[in-house]
Amino acid sequence: MSEPTAATGPDVEPDFDVIVVGGGIAGCVTAYRLAQAGRSVVLIERGEAPGSKNLSGGVLYSRVLEQVFPDLLTSAPIERRITRNYVQFLNATSSVGIDYQDARLAEPVNAVTVLRARLDAWLAERCEEAGVFLMPGVRVDRVIREGGRVVGVRAGDDELRAHVVVAADGVNSFVAQEAGLREKPPTHHLAVGVKAVVRLDERTVAERFHLVGDEGAAYAIVGDCTLGVGGGGFLYTNRDSLSVGVVLRLDDLVKRGLRSTDVFDHFLGHRFIAPFLEGGEIAEYGSHLVAEGGLEMVGHIHTDGMVVVGDAAGLTLNTGLTVRGMDLAAASGIAAAKGIDEALTSGDTSEAGLAGYRRELFAGFAGKDMETYAKAPAFLERTRMYEEYGLLLGDVLHSVFDHDLTPRRHLSQVVRSELKRSPVRLRDLLSDGLAGVRAL
Amino acid sequence: MKRTSIPERLAGNRYVTDEDESHIHVDQDLARSTGTGKRIVAVCPAHVYTEEPDGTISVEYAACFECGACLAVAAPGALTWHYPRGGTGVQFREG
Ligand SMILES: Cc1cc2nc3c(=O)[nH]c(=O)nc-3n(C[C@H](O)[C@H](O)[C@H](O)COP(=O)(O)OP(=O)(O)OC[C@H]3O[C@@H](n4cnc5c(N)ncnc54)[C@H](O)[C@@H]3O)c2cc1C
Repeated sequence: MSEPTAATGPDVEPDFDVIVVGGGIAGCVTAYRLAQAGRSVVLIERGEAPGSKNLSGGVLYSRVLEQVFPDLLTSAPIERRITRNYVQFLNATSSVGIDYQDARLAEPVNAVTVLRARLDAWLAERCEEAGVFLMPGVRVDRVIREGGRVVGVRAGDDELRAHVVVAADGVNSFVAQEAGLREKPPTHHLAVGVKAVVRLDERTVAERFHLVGDEGAAYAIVGDCTLGVGGGGFLYTNRDSLSVGVVLRLDDLVKRGLRSTDVFDHFLGHRFIAPFLEGGEIAEYGSHLVAEGGLEMVGHIHTDGMVVVGDAAGLTLNTGLTVRGMDLAAASGIAAAKGIDEALTSGDTSEAGLAGYRRELFAGFAGKDMETYAKAPAFLERTRMYEEYGLLLGDVLHSVFDHDLTPRRHLSQVVRSELKRSPVRLRDLLSDGLAGVRAL
Repeated sequence: MKRTSIPERLAGNRYVTDEDESHIHVDQDLARSTGTGKRIVAVCPAHVYTEEPDGTISVEYAACFECGACLAVAAPGALTWHYPRGGTGVQFREG
């Protein structure tokens, strides 16, 4: 028997070509694509069923997943097609928003709302149809290393071996950490998302958000919704429910000494948010971490015998206006399947043999967007966004609309005097403005 | 919307509790000396952690959403936290 090498792995005949750990979007897409290419694939998921551990805000930029599942919009459990985006600066007693509605967002469809317990179950079903062997209810405990490379995984007393292991195990990625590929992220690269699904009847949802048919709305909210903590709030429409929640950067939440549940309750009870929820009932309440480190967090995504995809690879983008992770998870799954398939064909599944995954990822929109928004995380750590700017906007508009019988002034004078009263200095405004247009 | 308590909200979720084994363990001394105890009480959206009058941190592991926020803010060694055994823990029906 020859010694195992990094390129080919051990001599023991593996159980599968590929083991995918994690049945979220990244794992399902990787597994599905590899099965389509004729590879033997096992998909291991710790939840009772795929989706049962997963929680997201819910706006899926759907084009990339449509590349994998052309019938996504007609067959998958889609809630609504987003045609209305509302960007809101929320203060304690005022609110300034931009309401962007566009028929072009419906044709072709750009984004849809989803609920992960349903979507992921559907994806996993498609995987099984394509020949993927699904193992739900199994937690992978660690990878198995031999001859300096990953050769399989261990779950309890069971061992499974494959040419390539895919860590698709989400933001905490204990599997990739344990394999030595990733470190525990710092708290300013992580945010906790706290979310409720609030049940309302379909007609009420449509009326409250001015929607027709299966149109949907997505509110991205910043300011008092988080009591000034770095992050934001969201309010997304499902067919007969709302996804409502806050995303709180952990370093800032800790620094301010606030309780995540107090911030969440404050948001739900806010005078400009509560009316949307009126008469509703919380159908489910949960939380999940968000990867906020951007490109800096991506780091090593492949090694001998293993690749990392989706949130596990830090592939989430918060641009302030949109949170994206599901589309990037899908894109990384497509790139990983291609890289792995090529490596299997060439017989070299070492780090060098699997490098096609990284190349493919960064040749496409997902990797390029990570690079484009590389400065976004640092920009979003600037604190004025979460308090002062919303107040300034509110005060300027108040001076414009409040006809208190004082003689009217030109807008430029109003802005200047409100800026003088605000703690924001002109220098800050220019610096943040410039950094903002460059980072976002 | 009627304001509900955290336990009332949790009652609407589906859980399969692992009766044999908790997936969370707090080192009480380190939790106190590093401030980890107060931090994990504050960040946990499920109120898994409670600071008792004597300063110890009690753990209601069955309520956990398995998000990992507590682990992220914990000082090294103060908290042992891993995912519960396969098939157990919170089972979202919406997500
Ligand atoms: C509050 C919030 C709002 C968000 N809003 C949006 C949004 O509007 N739009 C958007 O595109 N993105 C959004 N995101 C980000 C998005 O949810 C993630 O980027 C996406 O879910 C990543 O998919 P994934 O497949 O990589 O990981 P996950 O969906 O986390 O899947 C990982 C899977 O691995 C399984 N697993 C983990 N460990 C193991 C193990 N040891 N053994 C077996 N299985 C394991 C898990 O159970 C899970 O099924 C949001 C996230 C949050 C938290």
